[in-house]
Amino acid sequence: MLASEGLPPQKEVVEEVQAAEEGEVDPKAKKKEEEKPRENGLLETDYAKRGFHLDVQVNPDQVVRSAEILDSEGMTMEMVTGVDWLKDGQFEIVYDYSFTGGELFRVVVRCRVDREKPDVPTISEVFGGANWHERETWELFGINFVGHPQLERFLLPDDCDYYPLRKDFKL
Amino acid sequence: MDELIRILSYFVGIAAFLGLNLAYLGWVERKGAGHIQRRIGPKDVGPYGLLQPLADGLKLMSKQLVVPDNADRLLYMSAPVLAMVATVILFVTIPWGENLVPREFDYGLIMIFAVASAAGLSILLGGWASGNKYSLIAGTRAVSQSVAFEIPMLITAITIVMITGTMNLNEIIRSQSGMFWNWNVFALDKSILMPISFLVFFVCSMAEINRAPFDLGEAESELVAGYITEYGGMGFGLFMMAEYGNMMIGASLTTILFLGGWQCPFGLFPGPHWFLLKMYFLIWTIVWIRWTYPRTTLWGLLNLSWKYLIPFSLVNLLVTALFIKVF
Amino acid sequence: MTLLAQSQLQETFELNIGPQHPATHGVLRVKVIMDGEYIVKAEPVLGYIHRMHEKMGENRTWNQFWPNLGRLDYLSAIAYNHGYAGLLERAMGIEVPERAEYIRVITVELNRLQSHLLWFGAFILDLGGFTPLMYAFDEREQILDLLESVTGSRLTYCYFRFGGVYNDVDDDFITGTRAFIKRLRPQIPMYHDLVTKNVILMERLVDIGHISADMCRKYGATGPVLRGSGVNFDIRKNEPYSVYPELDFDVPVYHECDSMARYMVRMDEMEQSMRIIEQALDKMPDGPVKAEKAPKILKPPKGDYHFAVEAARGTFSMRTVSDATNTSYRMRLRSPTYSNLSLFEEASRGMLLSDALAFMGSLDLVIPEMDR
Repeated sequence: MLASEGLPPQKEVVEEVQAAEEGEVDPKAKKKEEEKPRENGLLETDYAKRGFHLDVQVNPDQVVRSAEILDSEGMTMEMVTGVDWLKDGQFEIVYDYSFTGGELFRVVVRCRVDREKPDVPTISEVFGGANWHERETWELFGINFVGHPQLERFLLPDDCDYYPLRKDFKL
Repeated sequence: MDELIRILSYFVGIAAFLGLNLAYLGWVERKGAGHIQRRIGPKDVGPYGLLQPLADGLKLMSKQLVVPDNADRLLYMSAPVLAMVATVILFVTIPWGENLVPREFDYGLIMIFAVASAAGLSILLGGWASGNKYSLIAGTRAVSQSVAFEIPMLITAITIVMITGTMNLNEIIRSQSGMFWNWNVFALDKSILMPISFLVFFVCSMAEINRAPFDLGEAESELVAGYITEYGGMGFGLFMMAEYGNMMIGASLTTILFLGGWQCPFGLFPGPHWFLLKMYFLIWTIVWIRWTYPRTTLWGLLNLSWKYLIPFSLVNLLVTALFIKVF
Repeated sequence: MTLLAQSQLQETFELNIGPQHPATHGVLRVKVIMDGEYIVKAEPVLGYIHRMHEKMGENRTWNQFWPNLGRLDYLSAIAYNHGYAGLLERAMGIEVPERAEYIRVITVELNRLQSHLLWFGAFILDLGGFTPLMYAFDEREQILDLLESVTGSRLTYCYFRFGGVYNDVDDDFITGTRAFIKRLRPQIPMYHDLVTKNVILMERLVDIGHISADMCRKYGATGPVLRGSGVNFDIRKNEPYSVYPELDFDVPVYHECDSMARYMVRMDEMEQSMRIIEQALDKMPDGPVKAEKAPKILKPPKGDYHFAVEAARGTFSMRTVSDATNTSYRMRLRSPTYSNLSLFEEASRGMLLSDALAFMGSLDLVIPEMDR
């Protein structure tokens, strides 16, 4: 279903990731991997090692579409979170989907946005539960969820002006 | 002069009796709750915690009376007093024994219902004057509850008046003399529905005095403490004492109307001891119910009154009228 | 909806429930707009006990993060321990000895039992019945004593280790647990007799707080809330971990979608937990309780890892991004009641205040876990 959206399956990267897991890759290759972030595409992962079956990286404008597809499949949104890749100058927004009931299949959808202009559309229209998760991610990372109904301070005090989960936040 | 002595002795007697009862009903409730809940209850102050009420009283009296900023000062201070005054006045016509009645009115029953309504008023006043939304909600709840349950209670009382032909409480008791089957609760020859109307009256009296499971006025898990949220010290103490006082009135009234007041079940040695025995039994039942049942909702409560108790009491009224006409 | 439209014509008022309120069982605040006794809008406000555990996860080494797991959900802390242990064992490929797995299951289920017992008491307390709380605490106390004897703490457990558990159980614990199960088993039918069949309780719970299965899915609700909406989903069955596949137990499912269904699910889960504990005690082999080959220095390979467990309130899952150092690059804790409560705003619309608070009680909230 996701492949029909023009996302190429990524064979090589699988091997690379698996090789990295086994620790058999030489330091040079490791360094090379660090340098460039992953390309968009589908990635089948080993559940026993990762805890999820399918790893998808999409463009920010495909996030809502991916949520709609997974919603029509009957999946539920488990969590939304962010990762701050300070070296790449990017934020990664990670969406976890799974089935409640039925088969065991976990999908991770991730997208990367520029750290300077972290805009990503909201999926709270599709999954009501994403509302709080996105609000929290906005609050802790400063990732702007465009179209979110209520981007207000949630867990932190109303008057704080920092984003604590950013890697450049000094403790 | 005689009249003055009578009034004075009433005040002294009722104050002593009430004070002792209100304090120790609290103890009974706490101890009872303790044993119902697999624990001991008060035990440290005095033997079996018997001095606990004194300690509680001292503590309440020594506390500062704080008036919240946005409270209506006059009403806030007068609400607990009104509650307590109404309760004390109610005792004026309760016949403890054949001759042991402070003031025997011919219209005692009406007087009790009239003054008892002031208790609802004091809750509304206290709730409104506190300037707190929880208290306000509690006040409105208590009034709608009061209104809803006064109706079946009055109609049930009227059936008793129709049977006995008097509103004098002592006369009502005298008409139930002899063995216990002459009591109104068992008087099936006067109206076949009598045992059920006893239950209706008892439930209504529990609702009137805001006791669990009808304690919506102070529903703890919803409204913090309802109308007493903002009260501390003796303001709270007076409300608590008024509640226990009303409990006594409710139990006394049920005893008088249905259980033959000071009459002995076997026609031997009638006297105040029988009255107290029956009253305390009913009070214990009220305590027992409180620690057994969860709370109803306002809707459940009003449904109970308007959909079940009022129609039933009206049917009861008709059946009683029929019995009186036919037999 | 019509109620909302009506309320715009009438006068509404705002009521602040919490952060200190008997019904919220902690520092949760709910901003409620009320129309008389009806709720027009109820918006939960979180964060009063926010401690930023996720940032702590990025600054502490993998081992130093252990105590944090006991301080999220203070009622089913051992399940959270299990989630963290499972996450790193998956990432590092650590094999756990079988005895340790059985000990894990036994302690987690005991923990679930005490959590449900406390919920049972506190829930009836929400409904105005005080007495069941004392009965439930009486039983719960026994569990706390048992767990204290093996884990050393009564509430904020930090018992699991990567590759096993900290301490082996002794014979006293095993006989004590068996005796306790024997004692608790007849209590549950008694609770049903005294509490469940009560007319007032039925009135308060039946058909109150309706949550459809689809609503649960949209909001990511899990655990007893989901199972009370007729969805047969339990991580222990659907995504088996530890030795749960070897144990025979049922997942109670009720299709009524109301507060009573959620109540019944939890009551039945207590029975199932007792079954699990008994079987696990029977099957528990001898052997070590800690993997001998467990590495001293933990540096999970680069990448994302995810692990989910069934805590007492639903799916607790952890996601971590490792950059192959001795700390996590990003630690994400997904707590079940966070998602369960997020549907409160939609589901409580148009409810009576007292029903809404009963409904909130049926969600079984633990505030520190939501705020993290």
